[in-house]
Amino acid sequence: METIIFYILAAIIILFAVASVTSRKILRAVIYLLFVLIGIAGLYFLVDYNFLAAIQLTVYGGGIIVLFIFAVLLIHHVELELEKTALKKKLIAGALSAAGLAVTLWAISTYPFPVTDTYTSIEVADIGLLLLSYEDGGFILPFEVISVLLVAVMIGAIVIAKGKKLTENN
Amino acid sequence: MDFSYTILIPLIPLALFLILGLFSKKIPASISGWLGSLGLGTSFALSLYTAYHYFMEGKLEGVYQTFIYKQTWLVFTDKLHIDLGVLIDPISVMMMVVVTTISFMVHLYSRGYMHGDDGYTRFFSYLALFSFSMLGLVMATNLFQMYIFWELVGASSFLLIGYYYTKPSAVAAAKKAFIVTRFADLGFLLGILLISYYTGTFDFQDLTSQEGMLIAGWGASASFMGLSVFTWGLILIYMGGVGKSAMLPFHIWLPDAMEGPTPVSALIHAATMVVAGVYLVARLFPAFYFVDGGFALQVVAYVGAISSLVAALIAITQTDIKRILAFSTMSQIGYMMLALGVSKYEGHEGLGYMASMFHLFTHAMFKALLFLGAGSVIHAVHSNYMKDMGSLRKYMPITHITFLIAALSIAGFPGFAGFFSKDEILVAAFENNKLIYYSSVLVAGLTAFYMFRLYFNIFWGEDRKYKHTPHESPLSMTIPLIFLAFMSIAGGYIPFSQFVTADLMPFEAHINIPLAAIASSVGIIGIIIAFIFYKKPSELSKKFSNAFGVIYTFIYNKLYFDELYLFVTKKILFGIVAFSASWFDKNVVDGSMIGIGNVTVSVANKIKGMQSGKLQDYAMSFVGGIVVIAMVVFYIWIS
Amino acid sequence: MIAGISIYDILTLTSILFFIGVYGFFTRENLITVLMSVELILNASAVNFVLINTYLYPDLLQGAVFSIFIIALAAAETALAIAIIINLYKLIYSVEVKDTETMKY
Repeated sequence: METIIFYILAAIIILFAVASVTSRKILRAVIYLLFVLIGIAGLYFLVDYNFLAAIQLTVYGGGIIVLFIFAVLLIHHVELELEKTALKKKLIAGALSAAGLAVTLWAISTYPFPVTDTYTSIEVADIGLLLLSYEDGGFILPFEVISVLLVAVMIGAIVIAKGKKLTENN
Repeated sequence: MDFSYTILIPLIPLALFLILGLFSKKIPASISGWLGSLGLGTSFALSLYTAYHYFMEGKLEGVYQTFIYKQTWLVFTDKLHIDLGVLIDPISVMMMVVVTTISFMVHLYSRGYMHGDDGYTRFFSYLALFSFSMLGLVMATNLFQMYIFWELVGASSFLLIGYYYTKPSAVAAAKKAFIVTRFADLGFLLGILLISYYTGTFDFQDLTSQEGMLIAGWGASASFMGLSVFTWGLILIYMGGVGKSAMLPFHIWLPDAMEGPTPVSALIHAATMVVAGVYLVARLFPAFYFVDGGFALQVVAYVGAISSLVAALIAITQTDIKRILAFSTMSQIGYMMLALGVSKYEGHEGLGYMASMFHLFTHAMFKALLFLGAGSVIHAVHSNYMKDMGSLRKYMPITHITFLIAALSIAGFPGFAGFFSKDEILVAAFENNKLIYYSSVLVAGLTAFYMFRLYFNIFWGEDRKYKHTPHESPLSMTIPLIFLAFMSIAGGYIPFSQFVTADLMPFEAHINIPLAAIASSVGIIGIIIAFIFYKKPSELSKKFSNAFGVIYTFIYNKLYFDELYLFVTKKILFGIVAFSASWFDKNVVDGSMIGIGNVTVSVANKIKGMQSGKLQDYAMSFVGGIVVIAMVVFYIWIS
Repeated sequence: MIAGISIYDILTLTSILFFIGVYGFFTRENLITVLMSVELILNASAVNFVLINTYLYPDLLQGAVFSIFIIALAAAETALAIAIIINLYKLIYSVEVKDTETMKY
């Protein structure tokens, strides 16, 4: 059962990813990206990381995609067709990507991963405790750094997006 | 005894040069002339005092001591180092006196002669620079210091000859003088390198002392074409002296150098710079004398004798008064050279050395006087050519009398300075080399003839219809003339053999009456012939020159030396060697360089497209690179 | 851990996703779509962290925590990048890659 679901998810992810990077209608590309992200959330569900899946859905599906849509709507007409990329460039990029993929897959397939068969279920509380733990291996410091970073990014985004007007008012 | 104050003698002119040169625009002409004369006057007084001090007290047990004050400057090895300093010995003291006297007189004279000239201050700064370099040259403690000042003298001579830089002929003359002497100096430099390489020292003291002779002994072990390396070094050094002293075959620059202002000719091309070659040989005299049985000294003697004869012959035919004086200078310097060449080392045998220095001294006085007198004449009639002159004795009495004194002196008329010094030279030549002696006697007669040809043509002869009536020169010009005229007589009575000798020990020299009689009668015969030819305007001289026809033309054109050199340089050097060299340079050397440049540019044009500024292109290269590196790493890791 | 699915299958999936993102990054002409490709790349790596954690070290949580950080950083990066893109649009009325080539020779 899980195998079938995985393959379905994988198919969705890859199909929509390809659609997302090739579609010439920008809003559709964004929506395809949303499907890819949802597929990945599905993967998280599949390995029982419910908390991560939730974050994936809310932050990506709810936040980032909305941000993209807003940007697209601010800048383009919804029906705008993107410029066609030169075939030569597409071929070079495709060949390069394929080569990279080949090398990566070859490297993965030759490496013997020490897979363990044990299984532990993950509780959200564990993640929370680990994030806030200040003992050995605790993530309290990165957690705080991330909070500061988010604040800085928020302010920065506002300042940058406001652009000239802010200086004019001064 | 302390002679360290002598360092001031060259430093005062240096300071003058800096002041006058740097502020030439700010200092008014009236001040700069006085300033220059005052400074040189101080140097002059100092060197007189030095001479008095040295010749009175410088002896220890009857031998003149050498005083050296020096500072090490560049160190190559423990023994081979370049010093800068002051060397006090009889010849350097004598030269100091000569240089400062003439320079002082020329300064005084120039105040009148250069009056109203645009570059008045510049002229005085050049004069000061020249005086500084010449004094530095005579006071040098080692070959390399001498070489430095030697070149400096050449450079300031270049500036002074080319003083009228708007005149193309002056510029050409300056270049010619510089290039010819520079070429000769190449020999000097090679000689210095050769000698310092084999002896390991530049120092005159080491090179000329008996201990130095020992060094020369093992230097002699290496030989080239039958002569020791040391001899070759000396001959090469002498080549530099030949260039500066305008001996054959490097004499061609001296007549042209007369393009400079006349006081410059008096200072540089009569009295000081041109005797630098003589001084150089005198300075290294023991080395010249002892190495290889004096072979190098033989070269000096013959070069001097031949130059003196050739120059005297040429002087007879010239019409430009300054050029006559130039060839006369060359001839007299040839005298000094041959006197050195026939000299021996010890006691009375070193008569030639003493005579050479003596003649250097007296010649400086009367030749400077002749030049300054000629300058005075030129100043009055505004021409260099004898055809524009005549009967000037009526208009310029002081110039006339002083010129006559100088002419009598150079002709060796008994009682004048030239008589004594020339007599010593002839005695020395007679005792050592008869061939040179006869040629010298002939030259003495020729000298008297051409000098009085000059004299009669200027001051007697036909009274030209002058546009401006010539007038006597101002006092500033006549005072130096009178002083030098006094020296041209009194200079002969200085007992030189008491002061300047090869082995630094005084000896008694007496006038050799028979030889003196021969020499002065030859001189007087020359004067009489000149008197007959030129006293009254007559066709006699013209008939005479026509009789000799081809020979006359040949000599008149200075034996075609200039043409020969021009042929060698233009046709052979420039035409064949330089042309092919320039072809090679343009096409092969430049061609390959330009080719490299062009290839680089075209390659750059091709690959600059890679710098497209597109982020994605960069990212592609980046990923491509990573893929390749990953492949290589994995390949190595697997295998 | 997913029954019947080996780690190789999952890593293959994420690698494919990653290189699709790379391909998009190379070929897209619009800054927003380029940014979307970057999102794909980031997601692929986040999934890798989680799944390797699950398969190799099930009793540890570090992978999950890293994944959370990646998501946070991605959100921050996207917000900032979109702010820049909007500002750029205000300045030159274009968000095409070809109009932002001032780093050219």
